[in-house]
Amino acid sequence: MDAESRGYKLNPDASFLNDLLEGLKTNEERYGYPSCPCRYAAGIFELDKDIICPCDYRDIDVEEFGSCYCGLFVSKEVYEGKRKLQPVPERRPSKFIERAFSGRITPETTQEVRKEERISEVVGGMKFWYCKQCGYVAFREEPPYICPICKAKREFFAEINLSVSARG
Amino acid sequence: MKIQRVSGNNKKHKVFVYALSTCAWCKKTKQFLKDKDVEYEYVDVDLLSKEDLEKVKAEITSRGAQLLFPLIVIDDKVIITGFREDQISGALA
Repeated sequence: MDAESRGYKLNPDASFLNDLLEGLKTNEERYGYPSCPCRYAAGIFELDKDIICPCDYRDIDVEEFGSCYCGLFVSKEVYEGKRKLQPVPERRPSKFIERAFSGRITPETTQEVRKEERISEVVGGMKFWYCKQCGYVAFREEPPYICPICKAKREFFAEINLSVSARG
Repeated sequence: MKIQRVSGNNKKHKVFVYALSTCAWCKKTKQFLKDKDVEYEYVDVDLLSKEDLEKVKAEITSRGAQLLFPLIVIDDKVIITGFREDQISGALA
């Protein structure tokens, strides 16, 4: 984990930390990837991508609230007890949450078809974003809140417009 | 639907918790109610069948709440999102 080197600490409450790790382990076994234990997962990678630990919202939530949404990663202040660990408001766009719920409730028979449809719907909305400060590139529907490499703010991200031309 | 009842001596309010079985904040909420000896019911939404999930989703949205957990509903009217200890204590007073 990159927690320490980035100035993050893990939750200092041993039993809380244990519950979070157990939750991540359960999700890993259930879905094949460790999605956030405190968020509802669709069980479809493309729909859960942004909430796979460490989630897309961690950096900005730790910065603003002193911990990530589930409380696994905390700031130095929270770790040292200088700031109280509090529930973090959900930053994940509600359309993603809605999508996770409807991703799962499709009738069994048509599930595979619907799954393919949903995936292409999501992938179709994804774009390449690059950080103007360090060059980091992300393939997401929205640009990152904070650049995970150089910590530049969202405003530093610009969309990359790829044009493909065929020459004969 | 798999609704669990946790008995307690404090039955002053009707308390229902929508939770996720993997969620540590949900666990804290359940423990908090238990420690206060509050009788409550809960459902782990991540363990529901598709059919029940649809029901729960409709139930939550019809209450005007968001699909976030834990979601604590007290006396069918007070809705608290997240383990907000002060708010829960306040509503249970």
